[in-house]
Amino acid sequence: MLGYTLKRLLGAIPTLLILLTLAFFMMRLAPGGPFDTEKSLPPEIQANLDRKYHLDEPLLQQYGRYLWDLLHGDFGPSFQYKDYSVNELIATGFPVSMRLGVAAILIALVIGVTLGTLAALRQNRATDYTVMTLAMTGISIPNFVLAPILILVFAVHLGWLPAGGWNDGQWRNLLLPIVGLALPQIAYIARLMRGSMIEVLHSNAIRTARAKGLPERVVILRHALKPALLPVISFLGPATAAVITGSVVIEQIFGIPGLGRYFVQGALNRDYTLVMGVVVFYGTLIILFNFIVDLLYAALDPRVRYR
Amino acid sequence: MMHRFLLLSLVLLNSVVFAAGPDPAMLAKEQVLHRGNGAEVQTLDPHRSEGVPSANILRDLYEGLTLEAPDGRIVPGTASSWEISEDGRRYTFHIRPEARWSNGDPVTAHDFVYGLRRSVAPETGSKYSQILAPILNAEAVIGGRKPLDTLGVEALDNHTLQITLKAPTPYFLGLLTHSSAYPVHRTSVEKHGDRFSRPGKLVSNGAYRLQEWVIQSHVELVRNPYYWDDADTRIDIVYYYPIEDQSTELKRYRAGEIDITEAIPLQQFRWIRRNLAGELKVSPYLGTYYYGYNLTRPPFRNNPKLRRALSLAINREILVEKITGMGEKPLYSWVPEGIAGYQPARLDYADWPQKKRIAEARRLYAEAGYSRANPLTVEIRYNTSENHKKVAIAIAAMWKQALGVKVRLVNEEWKVFLENRKRKQVTQVFRAGWIGDYNAPYTFMEILKSNHGLNDSAYANPEYDALLADAAVETDAEKRFALLKQAEAIALRDHPVIPLYGYVSKHLVKPWVGNFTPNILDHHYTKNLYILKH
Repeated sequence: MLGYTLKRLLGAIPTLLILLTLAFFMMRLAPGGPFDTEKSLPPEIQANLDRKYHLDEPLLQQYGRYLWDLLHGDFGPSFQYKDYSVNELIATGFPVSMRLGVAAILIALVIGVTLGTLAALRQNRATDYTVMTLAMTGISIPNFVLAPILILVFAVHLGWLPAGGWNDGQWRNLLLPIVGLALPQIAYIARLMRGSMIEVLHSNAIRTARAKGLPERVVILRHALKPALLPVISFLGPATAAVITGSVVIEQIFGIPGLGRYFVQGALNRDYTLVMGVVVFYGTLIILFNFIVDLLYAALDPRVRYR
Repeated sequence: MMHRFLLLSLVLLNSVVFAAGPDPAMLAKEQVLHRGNGAEVQTLDPHRSEGVPSANILRDLYEGLTLEAPDGRIVPGTASSWEISEDGRRYTFHIRPEARWSNGDPVTAHDFVYGLRRSVAPETGSKYSQILAPILNAEAVIGGRKPLDTLGVEALDNHTLQITLKAPTPYFLGLLTHSSAYPVHRTSVEKHGDRFSRPGKLVSNGAYRLQEWVIQSHVELVRNPYYWDDADTRIDIVYYYPIEDQSTELKRYRAGEIDITEAIPLQQFRWIRRNLAGELKVSPYLGTYYYGYNLTRPPFRNNPKLRRALSLAINREILVEKITGMGEKPLYSWVPEGIAGYQPARLDYADWPQKKRIAEARRLYAEAGYSRANPLTVEIRYNTSENHKKVAIAIAAMWKQALGVKVRLVNEEWKVFLENRKRKQVTQVFRAGWIGDYNAPYTFMEILKSNHGLNDSAYANPEYDALLADAAVETDAEKRFALLKQAEAIALRDHPVIPLYGYVSKHLVKPWVGNFTPNILDHHYTKNLYILKH
């Protein structure tokens, strides 16, 4: 187990390095620079700015400088938000995004698993059809459509919840964005859960359990749930990635000061260091999360552990 | 000299009348204002800032020597009065003795010297220091060719500041309202370095001080009790919210979370006009929307006839009525209307009926060697946006209908588009727009100067450049405007660009926000506003 863990961890380093290098050079290849505006700057002013941010150095030297700083945990200054360093921006943005993301994933897990199980137990009956129709709708409505609808209904017309803003993270401000993030995931998880639950329910183990005369509740909760959860657990990796990318949209629409918003604004403004910072940070996070999911998987399924 | 003083005292009197303000009985108990502010501010360091969002907040935090009244007139700010020398090159400002920083320190002439020098110092890395170019030696200092202390700024004593200019600049007082000319609090800048503009550290001299700044969430300003005109300030707290998405902003406005929006989504403009007409404020804005020709490549190089033909064939009235539809003005001049004292030159066919324009366009098109059988194929390039696309489609249709021109539409992401425009390798006809930096014709006229950074047409007419140079040293305002108008007429005759329409500023303002006054630069100081009972 320890060897497996170490191997996986070491394997992450080249992945991250490739990601970082690709992102660095792709960002630089994009036409236009961080200080380009409609009116070209007088060459002297451009030179002053380039010098200040080391953009006058050869590209490889800049790359080396970036790697070196990164090794020391320094993401550099933001080109766009001049009063802050990228480290500070990530430190303020990430807790916000994390709160949203963790809440969304937890809600999606609880509701998705419940709905999926219910649908599986009532297979081909009204409950099943309703849940699956809802899930299909949830998957097919993108959150940039869903979020404005939520705002129109709950904030503008009913006036129950704020239309946006952060307000120090009060639950009223969090509710709609979390729902917007969680809904598509609920839908995916419900479908996954239904499928695997049906499969498990038809397995020999469950037939044996039922033959022993165990009550249905025990059969489902103790014997069926755990193996049926496996595909859902492995889906948590992509789900995290989806919640992260989803937060880019949701944060923009709800005006939430999370990391996702920096990503969009940073890319549009060619804020090299900010985009790199978010890429490296999220990249590490996704790799780490997939790794945790694998460990979790191993814990749940002995077959993986001994392979 | 005498009449200047008279004018000044009139201006002062006027501002006193303005400051008399609203009836206290009408005011709401809670004077808190919530403003939408477009994007997140890039910095609250006035000398490194750029963009409208930070300018909006800095206008509340800081104060220059001069200020803008609600209607946009230049009025005394931290300087209570000034004298201008006969040759128009030396300004002597008298700083108000009662002016204070938000920590209680007096604001002195030395603070302005420090601020102006910091603004042009190469190591500050300012993008907008060019605004101060009229000051003696400013350009040499920016370029690192002269030391900082050669800048034509001097404190004669604690309350007297003298600024020497390179050449008389009639709009100089207006430039002083720009954030590049704000003073900064020397001790806190020296103590905190690049981080002096953070909450808890920022010391400002305007009507407000920085209370809180949660990046991407809001900036909160509270009244600066030390501000010299605090007695006439009504709003106690103002929140600025960065909301890039205009539809989101509209929703938050409708949900009552925002009192003034920064923008309006074009797609919902009709709905707004039907349902929120009373809260919609549309007024002329100092900006032009135009198309540029790339004069370095065929088909437009050395082809003024074709350029004129295409300009003639555009029906600007239909464009603003049917396509943009927000009250924009068709534009037949290069400088938009509304600059105090300046009557722009107009295209000679501005008053022709459409029929005559089309006939002339056809004649010129044929003379340039094109016909229905041998049509011109041309590309319109614009930055990706629904609005620009609609305009481009309409113009393509007008050209096709009138002349049979075949048009290819190309859209690009903003920074890619800018780069292509500047390189002048692939563009033919490109979309452009410009918002004036200050309320004077020169902010538009300079764009067509042969070496200017926004001259993406590569227009170069020595006659035009010479007239602008003459205007720059002309002290008499009337003669100066005459020279500029002459230059403008030349540029219009040469058709390096097609002026299309003048921008409008658009806001939604809750009925309880008092004294929201439209002005051409769209600047709205919070200190001039108040909240009515509601």
